[in-house]
Amino acid sequence: MAEITLIEALRQGMDEELERDERVFIVGEDVGQRGGVFRATEGLFEKYGEARVIDSPLAEDSIVGIGIGTALYGMRPICEIQFADFIYPAFNQIVSEAARMCYRSAGEWTVPMVIRVPYGGGIGGGLYHSQSVEAFFTHVPGLKVVVPSTPYDAKGLIKSSVRDPGPVIFLEPKRGYRLIRGEVPEDEEVLVPIGPARISRTGTDLSVFAYGMMHHYCLEAAEMAAQEGINAEVIDLRTLKPVDRETILASVAKTGRALIVHEDNLTGGYGAEIAAILAEEAFGDLDAPVRRLAGPDVPAMPYSHPFESWFMLDADRIAKAIRELAAF
Amino acid sequence: MEAQEDLQLDLNEESLLEMYGLIVLSRRLDERTWVLHRQGKIAFHVSGIGHEAAQVGAAMALRRGQDWVVPYYRDLAMMLALGLTPKEFMLGVMGKKGEPSSGARQMPSHWSIRRMNVVSHSSPVATQAPHASGIGLAIKMRGDDAIVLTSIGEGATSQGAWYEAVNWAAIHKLPVVFMVENNLYAISVRQDRQMAVEHVADKAAGLGLPGVTVDGLDALAVHRAIAEAAARARAGDGPTLVEVMVQRMTPHSSDDDDRSYRPRAELEALKAQDPVRLQRDKLKDMGLLSERAETEVQERAAAQVEEAIKFAASAPYPEVSEASYPVYAGDRVDG
Repeated sequence: MAEITLIEALRQGMDEELERDERVFIVGEDVGQRGGVFRATEGLFEKYGEARVIDSPLAEDSIVGIGIGTALYGMRPICEIQFADFIYPAFNQIVSEAARMCYRSAGEWTVPMVIRVPYGGGIGGGLYHSQSVEAFFTHVPGLKVVVPSTPYDAKGLIKSSVRDPGPVIFLEPKRGYRLIRGEVPEDEEVLVPIGPARISRTGTDLSVFAYGMMHHYCLEAAEMAAQEGINAEVIDLRTLKPVDRETILASVAKTGRALIVHEDNLTGGYGAEIAAILAEEAFGDLDAPVRRLAGPDVPAMPYSHPFESWFMLDADRIAKAIRELAAF
Repeated sequence: MEAQEDLQLDLNEESLLEMYGLIVLSRRLDERTWVLHRQGKIAFHVSGIGHEAAQVGAAMALRRGQDWVVPYYRDLAMMLALGLTPKEFMLGVMGKKGEPSSGARQMPSHWSIRRMNVVSHSSPVATQAPHASGIGLAIKMRGDDAIVLTSIGEGATSQGAWYEAVNWAAIHKLPVVFMVENNLYAISVRQDRQMAVEHVADKAAGLGLPGVTVDGLDALAVHRAIAEAAARARAGDGPTLVEVMVQRMTPHSSDDDDRSYRPRAELEALKAQDPVRLQRDKLKDMGLLSERAETEVQERAAAQVEEAIKFAASAPYPEVSEASYPVYAGDRVDG
């Protein structure tokens, strides 16, 4: 089985969907001839032409708004927002329009579309090329929010998202684009359903919940803790909305301890939702308070290298939190 | 021009009377809805009084049911011309079960008529404009024989989303007609605090598409302008911005009171230019509307309105359980 990078898996997934369904097309800034600033769509412009891989004007609200219009007509747009940090102009179209269209028309109109969003730090991107934006969208009924962390899931989830009948916010941990490699079968179709989380390391002492780049750091941290006799279970949430309550609750029923890790800042972050689910539904299973480990509450990741390292969690800091929680 | 010849063929005596009948019906329905609000029987009304001639003229220039329409909340007369029934409108106004635009989820006059390719819109202004360009893009991708008409108030053309949408359509020569219903007021703010140009149509020059300004009190003038723009769009020559000068003869909505910002004399003066009266006078001048026919039009409209109110008033409210869906495509729709 071939080992490929996260970004190659995404490209393969999009390529296959473009090939499979002529209603599918890609629109975004620099996605055409340039193949995207991260090269996620490299080669697709040459293969499918400018009518299906469309360079948009530099206006994010229009990328999503135009996408919605085509979806209403029956197309299947894949809209690329170049950096998560640039998604705010499109917030109106995503929240007021894409998310609410089905409900507000009593199901008469639906918006099958994928909004691809490279997010997260650790690339020297400073305040406006490093942000995590998931919490803004997980709050909104009508949206699904997906975050793959492995090449297999990236390919399987992008394909499922394209086939989903509604709007999907597809968050891509961009630091991992070329850093993360993994096996993806070449001779079979890879489809990963939206919804289920994945237990990526089984354990008995505590449960660690994470997604995106942090999931990999959590696995590293779990191995470090294992050297010290702490057996952590690690769960890659993969889909943040709808959240996989069953897997979360079953894991905590087994371990009695929960650590939630995300790169986004702490307050009102996605971890609060997991913590609330555990407080409401797993109180009797808990042997320790639920612990959140997240980015600091500053406006965004600062640029200078020591600043960035201070903001961004790593395996050492996660391992420390694992030890503390295990010792409680 | 061929389009103009088509137009002349389109508008025979029968269709001119249809046009007038729709304008009168819209006015009656609108006025009666204000009364329902003042009686405390409904929660909200947003009015199109003064816009009717332009809207009906525009709608009748389309291939109704084949072309696509992305409207805004002031378009009652346009919707009636596209096939919305007074009963359906009243169900919406009263928030009754089965209201066709949103199942009584949205405020009244937030249109959606799938069977007529009328797309659902929201309240934040100009959000619908990119949808129109997107639909235009999809029509072009598919090679279909359809165009899109989208409407908006002049105030909403201040939004970035509107410029972005028009820009897209101009770049890709999309089959979209951008109709701006300019009534000079965005709630309380007059046009000169909204833009530095004299006409919204002037904005077209900066975006690379033709822009025209038309007398929106004249249904035939609007019909001609929209028919020409539609023909251009259908021929693959791209979008047109059509500004129709209309008048807002009421406050913005039932929740607004215009006395603090609008001189009474100005409103009085509008009555001399009431588009309903202007269309009636025109038809009479053309010898198409006898006294008897006029009486029939008025009586028919009044009867339809009263029938609609009676129908909607006795219709049930939705079950509360309906409020919890459909959040996602594929969720159940019926209780």
